[in-house]
Formats: sequence, C-alpha cells, structure tokens
Amino acid sequence: MRKFTLLDGLVLPLDRANVDTDAIIPKQFLKSIKRSGFGPNAFDEWRYLDHGEPGMDNSNRPLNKDFVLNQPRFQGAQILLARENFGCGSSREHAPWALEDYGIRVIIAPSYADIFFNNCFKNGLLPIKLDAAKVDALFKAVEANEGFKLKVDLAQQVITAPDGTTYKFEVDAFRKHCLLNGLDDIGLTLQHVEEIKAFEAKHRAAQPWLFA
Amino acid sequence: MSAKTLYDKLWDSHVVRQDADGTALLYIDRHLVHEVTSPQAFEGLKLAQRKLWRTSSILAVADHNVPTANRSGGIADPIARLQVETLDANCAENGITEFKMNDMRQGIVHVIGPEQGATLPGMTVVCGDSHTSTHGAFAALAHGIGTSEVEHVMATQCLVAKKSKAMLIKVDGALGKGVTAKDIALAVIGKIGTAGGTGFAIEFAGSAIRALSMEGRMTLCNMAIEAGARAGMVAADETTIAYCKGRPFSPQGGNWEKAVMYWRTLHSDDGAKFDALVEVDAAQIKPQVTWGTSPEMVVAVDGRVPDPASAPDAVKRADWERALAYMGLKANTPINEIQIDKVFIGSCTNGRIEDMRAAATVAKGKKVAANVKLAMVVPGSGLVKAQAEQEGLDKILIAAGFEWRDPGCSMCLAMNDDRLSPGERCAATSNRNFEGRQGQGGRTHLVSPEMAAAAAIAGHFVDVSK
Ligand code: SF4
Repeated sequence: MRKFTLLDGLVLPLDRANVDTDAIIPKQFLKSIKRSGFGPNAFDEWRYLDHGEPGMDNSNRPLNKDFVLNQPRFQGAQILLARENFGCGSSREHAPWALEDYGIRVIIAPSYADIFFNNCFKNGLLPIKLDAAKVDALFKAVEANEGFKLKVDLAQQVITAPDGTTYKFEVDAFRKHCLLNGLDDIGLTLQHVEEIKAFEAKHRAAQPWLFA
Repeated sequence: MSAKTLYDKLWDSHVVRQDADGTALLYIDRHLVHEVTSPQAFEGLKLAQRKLWRTSSILAVADHNVPTANRSGGIADPIARLQVETLDANCAENGITEFKMNDMRQGIVHVIGPEQGATLPGMTVVCGDSHTSTHGAFAALAHGIGTSEVEHVMATQCLVAKKSKAMLIKVDGALGKGVTAKDIALAVIGKIGTAGGTGFAIEFAGSAIRALSMEGRMTLCNMAIEAGARAGMVAADETTIAYCKGRPFSPQGGNWEKAVMYWRTLHSDDGAKFDALVEVDAAQIKPQVTWGTSPEMVVAVDGRVPDPASAPDAVKRADWERALAYMGLKANTPINEIQIDKVFIGSCTNGRIEDMRAAATVAKGKKVAANVKLAMVVPGSGLVKAQAEQEGLDKILIAAGFEWRDPGCSMCLAMNDDRLSPGERCAATSNRNFEGRQGQGGRTHLVSPEMAAAAAIAGHFVDVSK
C-alpha cells in the first residue's frame, strides 16, 4: 500500500449528501477483473452526458460541463470535500479504487458509511471526519477562493487552511500507523499465525460442525 | 457474569486477539464469494504468493453477471463472461466449492448460503457484498466486506475489526393484513434514516420479529445495511432451528444435538445493555413505497410524495428536490396515482419461496396492466425456482403476464441485460433506489412482493392492505 504522510492539495467540493458507491463508480465498470483504471469512470453518470460502458475511449465522450469534476478550476484536485453519509450503499472497493485512480488522496466529510470508510484505509486514502459546521465553512471557502488548497498532516492529525485556520481530526491509531508506513494488513495479521491456529483448534473442538 | 447481548456473544466467541485500542482479529467461519468482488483478491494472493487459510470455509457462486434468460447460451457480454470464467478458474485452482452458472443450486449468494445450511447460527459470515447482513437472521454475525478484506480473510481466516455499538430495534405487536417484513424494514429506515445505524450492529427483536418466518427475518436483516448498519441480527429460536435442519451443510448426527444446544443460547440476556433503542409498533406499519433516490425517502402507500418546502433543513431540501427531479415526480402526488412501466420481483431481499408465493397469490387469475411493459419474476436460486415450479407458481405468474426467469441478481443492479431505460419507472422488491441503480435514468420504487405484484396488475401503486 502507498504511504500517506503529508499532502498540500487542491480541494474539490461535491455538495451532495448520501453520495452512494453506485454513483462513485457505476456497476457496469465492476465487470473488470483489475484493481486499476477506474479513474476515468469515477462519477461516470454525473460526469458524462452519454452512457458509459467499459472499454470506451473516455477522452471522446461529451462532458457534463455543470458537474464540478469538469470545471477547469478543480482539475488536479486531490482532496474531495463532501457532505454526510458519503460512500453509502454497496461495499464495492471499486469506489475507493476509482477515487484513488482519479487522483484523490483525502476525503473530508461529516460522516461516512462504515464499509466505504474502512475500504479507504486499505487503499492509501485518508477519509477525515469533521463536524458539519466546519465542513460547511470549508464549502464556503472553496466557493469563494479559486485554487483553494488545504494542507493535511496525518502525523499531527491537523488540516491547515491558507488563512492559517487549523482543523484537528481524529484517526484510529492502528489505521494511522498503517497509512503512515504503507503497511499491508495481511502481513501484519500473519505475525499472529500461532494465535490464529490456537484459536482455531479451540473453536474446532467446541463447534466441530463448523469444520465439517 | 454480566448480561450479554447477542452481539456480545457472537463477538466474544470469535476474538482471536484484541489490542488495547479495541482493534481485534475476528475469526471467520464462513466466507461467501462471488465473481464481482473476488478477482482482485485472488490476484493479490497470487502476487504475494500467499495460500488460502481454510478452503473449506469458502462457498462460491456467480450471481451478479449471470443472464436470467437463455442461460444455456452462455454470457454474451465478453467482459462479464471473463469475470465469471475468472471465478471458475480461481475456484478450480484453489479447490473451492463453487456452484457454477448451470448448477441447480446456483443463485444469489445471500439466498444460497442459508438454503444450503452454509449459514448457521453462531457463525461469523463475511462476503464481499454489503447485503451480507442478511445472514444475521440466523443469529450469526455477518459483515459485508471490501475486496482487500476478502483477500485478508482468504489469507488469514480473520477480519481486522473493531466492535460496533449495539442497537436494539424492538418491533412489537401484530402486522396488519398485507404488511410484510419488507415494510418493517422500509418503515424503520424511514424512521432512523440511511445513516441511523452507522457504527451500530442492529438486533431486531420483539413479538413481531419472533412471528416472522426465516425468509421474513432475512428480508429484514438484508436491509440493515440500508439503515447504515454493517450487521443486523435476530436471536435464534425454534423457527431458526427448524429451518436449519437437514440442509446439505448443516450439522448431522450427534453434532446436530450439540449444535442445537449451543444455538439455544444465542439470544440477548435479560437486562443486556444496548447503546440505542428504537421501538416500533407493528400494528402502525402500513405497506411502504419509496418515492426518492434513497431508501429513507419512503412513505406509506396511502400517503403523498412529500413537499421539499417541508424538509427539516436546507441540505435535506436540496436532496429532496434533486430526488423529485430525478424521479420525475411532483410534490403532493398521491402514491397510488403513480403509474409504473416495469415490475421487478426478485433480489436477495425478496427472491425467496415465500416471496414467489406472495406474488403468485396476488396475481392469480388476474392480468398485468396494459401500461406495464415488463413484469419479471426472478427467483433467488435454482432451488427456489424448482420449488416454485413444483407448486405451480410459475404457471400462475406466466398466465397473468409475468416473465419467469432464471436465478440471479438481475435488475436489482442491472449488471446483466435486465435493466430500465432512461425515465422508466419500476416497482421493485430489491433494496436500493439509488440514481441509475436499475439502469441509467431508471426510476425505482422499493416495495414488498405483494405490493409489486399488485402494482403490476393495476398499473399503478395500490394499497394491498385494503
Ligand atoms: S440481489 Fe442485488 S443487493 Fe442482492 S447481492 Fe445481488 S446485486 Fe446485491
């Protein structure tokens, strides 16, 4: 997994609540057996005016100019600002894969759906929870200032705005450790092989039918 | 020992180790696998040269991409075909039990797990699919997981997890005529919202839940995820035990007695503490219909499409306005005046035998309305289909003008050819009414099988409780 330490990135405001993973990456792209290449189809139904299918040349498709992703001032954004319950719905990890492939490294929202939140950390993405009033203030700041960037420091757990305002954020200690060091969960868990084996033997003795 | 919730019991009995901050390794008993969320996990294992920890814990099936008509002709879409073939190859290479596309036992992963007895009380169950919450109906701890976690469980038999808070949703009283588990689910989501259960594991309890069949309990737990909860569950009782008996993967012989003794302990103890409590009076629940693009946008069938002007705050108002625009609906329209173009009865929410029976009962001797272009019934599994045919339900439905299809996810998410065209309006028994879920520009109204069948006959929504 890619490490995450510091980021100074342009902010992309997606002003909708309950953005679901079907919207982040529509199902037709889930037919891929790969983990990469989903970026051009992130938010496909909002981003393009035609219907997207896998294998299309996305560079020739008609763009929905009104959709925020297509506005020139937000090109190259690495921080996605969103509203509550971001990433609800399907558990598809293709959603964080698509965001990551598009270039997003940090998401800021008041709340997330659990599975999506979890999936982000496995892919080097940092989802940050800030309370709704702060998120609202950030939406206003982005609106008012072209080229609005934020500095995100994971080690210090702080976001710094251009005017010097800082926002502290919480992050689970284990997940922070994994992100900062780019650690793979499986490798970490396999350090406990003996404990897993011991548990399994005990479990098998108590409920043998589970191992039939 | 202090009183424990069902969730405490399931959690405690599967913790391999726990760190001071609460991060735990949770042992996984059953891993269900389908074609969409597994290829990258198998690939990851191969690249890291890791082995599967316990192959016998895995049961695999292709369901999302399979065609529901002319199945013997194979999958026409080459990309979808490759995905299903990739699952076949991965299972063959690793010695994993798989029900292939033309196997009688093939079906939607959340229908076949319980049907085969592969889901049992007391288990931890995971699947790379959010509706894994379904299996909690068996007093199991069932989580939907992402693909990285699929790979992690394959390699280690464990999930890295932190314990959620516990919510009790207590539904007491008797359901009225024509009111089903689906209506309980939708009414609860309407009440607590799609994020109401975020961070919680929900236990459904109360006399109305005890009275539900296993099919009904599965419908309810299936939709726990639509309330934001990763897991939903119901305590084990005689209904649970009777359902599990004699299924292919269920315990046999002496193990059966032993298992049943253990299963009878799988309920919350008196006085167990929950972090949140929601109480619902079953008698007050009416048949539900969603009007918007989120399952929480729901009203009773005798209600009206709400007016965004009455929304509680600005964010909600904008949400409602966008939803009405997408759905092509005007505020204050009576629900029973909404005309539909298509009907979809099926999915892991309502694709079981009871659902087929409910649809057939409503459709018997009637005809699908002229304005309904397509009314399709898609059984949740090959065995559900066979059972329904044995009962003659297919004949009733076909005579009424419904299409009778082969099992799969079908128009629940429209990954195969079954989908809505832009602007088409559908009464669906599935679980998500998100924008584009059933096809780009498609408009979905979530309802029970009774309500869907009645809408097919009338051409618009009607109150089946009347
Ligand atoms: S039926 Fe629908 S919700 Fe259920 S597993 Fe299939 S796609 Fe997912």
